[in-house]
Amino acid sequence: MLHATEKIVSLSGMTKSFGAVRALAKVDLTVGVGECLGLVGHNGAGKSTLINLLAGTLAPDGGEIRISGQAQPAGYGVRRASALGIRCVFQELSLCPNLSVAENTRIYHKSLRGWGWRGSAAELIRRGLDEIFPGHGISPHATVGDLPIGDRQMVEIARAFTVTDSPTRLVILDEPTSSLDAVAGKQLLTYVRKLVAEGGSCLLTSHLLGDILDYCDRVVVMKDGGVVADRPAVEFDRESLVAAMGNVVSDARIKAHARVTAQRGAMPVVVKAVPKLQADQAALVAHKGEIIGLAGLAGHGQTRLLLQIFEAAGQTRADTNAAGPVALVAGDRQNDGVLHLWSIARNISVRSMRSLVNMGLIDGAAEAALASKWRERIRIRTPDIDNNILSLSGGNQQKVLFARALGSDAGIILMDDPMRGVDVGTKLEVYELIRAEAEAGRTFIWYTTEIEELNNCDHVYVMRDGQIVADIARAELTEEKVLQASFREGAQT
Amino acid sequence: MRALAARIGNKPWLLSFAGALAVWLATILFTEGKGGGQIITAALAFSTFTVIVGIGQMFVITTGPGNVDLSIPSTIALAGGVAMKIMGGQDGLIWLGLLACIGAGLAVGTFNYILIRLLKIPPIIATLSSSLIVMSVAISYGRGLQIKPPPSFADFTTAQVAGVPMLSLCAILFAMIMAVILERTVYGRATLAIGQNMRAAHLAGVKVERTRCITYLMSAAFAGLCGALLAGFSGGNALNMGEEYLLATIAVVVIGGTSVAGGRANVPGIWGAALFLYLLVTMLNTYGASAGVRLVLTGLIIIAMITLAGGDKPSR
Repeated sequence: MLHATEKIVSLSGMTKSFGAVRALAKVDLTVGVGECLGLVGHNGAGKSTLINLLAGTLAPDGGEIRISGQAQPAGYGVRRASALGIRCVFQELSLCPNLSVAENTRIYHKSLRGWGWRGSAAELIRRGLDEIFPGHGISPHATVGDLPIGDRQMVEIARAFTVTDSPTRLVILDEPTSSLDAVAGKQLLTYVRKLVAEGGSCLLTSHLLGDILDYCDRVVVMKDGGVVADRPAVEFDRESLVAAMGNVVSDARIKAHARVTAQRGAMPVVVKAVPKLQADQAALVAHKGEIIGLAGLAGHGQTRLLLQIFEAAGQTRADTNAAGPVALVAGDRQNDGVLHLWSIARNISVRSMRSLVNMGLIDGAAEAALASKWRERIRIRTPDIDNNILSLSGGNQQKVLFARALGSDAGIILMDDPMRGVDVGTKLEVYELIRAEAEAGRTFIWYTTEIEELNNCDHVYVMRDGQIVADIARAELTEEKVLQASFREGAQT
Repeated sequence: MRALAARIGNKPWLLSFAGALAVWLATILFTEGKGGGQIITAALAFSTFTVIVGIGQMFVITTGPGNVDLSIPSTIALAGGVAMKIMGGQDGLIWLGLLACIGAGLAVGTFNYILIRLLKIPPIIATLSSSLIVMSVAISYGRGLQIKPPPSFADFTTAQVAGVPMLSLCAILFAMIMAVILERTVYGRATLAIGQNMRAAHLAGVKVERTRCITYLMSAAFAGLCGALLAGFSGGNALNMGEEYLLATIAVVVIGGTSVAGGRANVPGIWGAALFLYLLVTMLNTYGASAGVRLVLTGLIIIAMITLAGGDKPSR
């Protein structure tokens, strides 16, 4: 199906600027019928902007959009895109948290009306979920706000694939696997391949290069608002893809860096926590200067355990103690992290306000210094640190959240799957930063849905159904062990 | 035009001052320049009270959707009564009366916060029901009697310096202090953070409940202080003297450029909006509009102002 002659989408000369920032400069892109196109690039390379133009959520400053060969007029928008069979799953979730799964499905499908629409919507979304994510366990009547982010992402994806009046011809998936655990991610990509084999098309962006290489027919690499490579996926491997994105370090270095941990327990215990649902007395234990990994399938109590530790900051409770201040790096940026009305600088300083006070007032100069220091250290890509936080791309917003936690006085840093939608280069930088901070005596507790990331940890706990089910030392860590523990008793298939 | 709109977008309070200036000009155009000075003096004097309670309301509304203090009018009535009774017309007891009115306000604020926090009642219901209780207390406490303020206190609240009321000067200073508190203190920043996203603020280490508690206490304390000053200004307390401040506080907060959705507040705008509201009514009176026409026009003009101010722009 490589370079299929018939094009579902053909974009030419797409240009878009946000104020002084040029996000796209004359970009051409085509997606063939029956093709799965991978789109990769660093944070801020322009991927999300391009996708938004295609989905009709943003209007281009210049360029032409042709869909199935037809040039689209200036008024091209979401409705038109949807009528032409283009469906989009965004990186930032777009479900209404106060409505149920079924009700959210209705919003998407205007044709579900009349008596019993709720039932037909529930049936539609249930079928969609079953087809893509067998064994998902999500009730169509659950309120979206109560679902963990992984489940919300599944609903969002399933909703985009459901069909009522207009057929689905192109599905755009923007970082779909970043909030999903390994199993659900695989289920999705397998489903995409099936769809593509049946003549559908897919545009996929992912920072998990494995996904791109294994599941896409062709790969387009973007950098600084332009396309720098466009080749069949088979011509790339991990190294060449990373190189094309303009990053020379490969993640082989992550493994080389894995620390040889001194005898565990030589340092004092700073965190001890027994999950609320734990049947036995197994506890998460973190010593000073350790990086502790928290693994398992998404939504199995990892975030809840982090919050339990967060609430116990500086206290000794029956089931939890945390010695000293605690800071949290949110992974669910929209809901748990970003303060959307504030500048980048204020978003960084909010955790450290109390230490910036001089004679009762927050010292403006000290605040600016803190923000610029972290902008340098973590390389936040912005012309001005006083710009609104939403002027940054998703990955750069995530860097701000890292800066907020690492710039604070906290000796214990909790990370709630923080690398969602973060590109490889940034990840490597952050990994290095985490390692340096740990060596300086900070303790990290790191929940991640990417098994690879556990290689950065000194000790790993696997959670299932709200309990700690495995306790694996760095030396014994293998992917099989983690997966096995995640699935013991065949609880999920 | 676009640049102008952008300018106003950045400084929403400019609009309220521009509005105030426009209605003042329209008024003195009608009177052919007569009484322009007196109108400003009166506007400053009456706006002072709106500003004091309006700033308290602004902090409450800024803590996020659903937060509003509806107990302000009753608190004004109760605190005014308490202050006048304790002062008892004697100059020597003024300070005690002022402490007592703020104390009465703090008591109401504490009660409000207990309802909101411990009983988990939505603020709009909590403060509305507490206002009924507070009003009953005010009625039984004062028995509806009007007590005159001590002479020095009455003099202070009505004093003027070159046509500018003393109290207004104090209120301008007060507004400046509150603006600094909003932008430069941990408490002010915490209020703004909570208003944007309570959960994110909590996870960023902001003390959410402490901040909300201070905010409700502060709003009620300002209402208490306003009650005493209003009683001094108008020659004695009255049970209905807070009535107009229920809608006025919310109106000045919104017209002044504070976001009803929370997280964005504006202190100068409170002054501009308070002046605007007073001058608007003065203008309509001067033009001889009947009560009905006046109300309709006031409503329409407020709607126009809020639309112009842009309300809440989409955050993206």
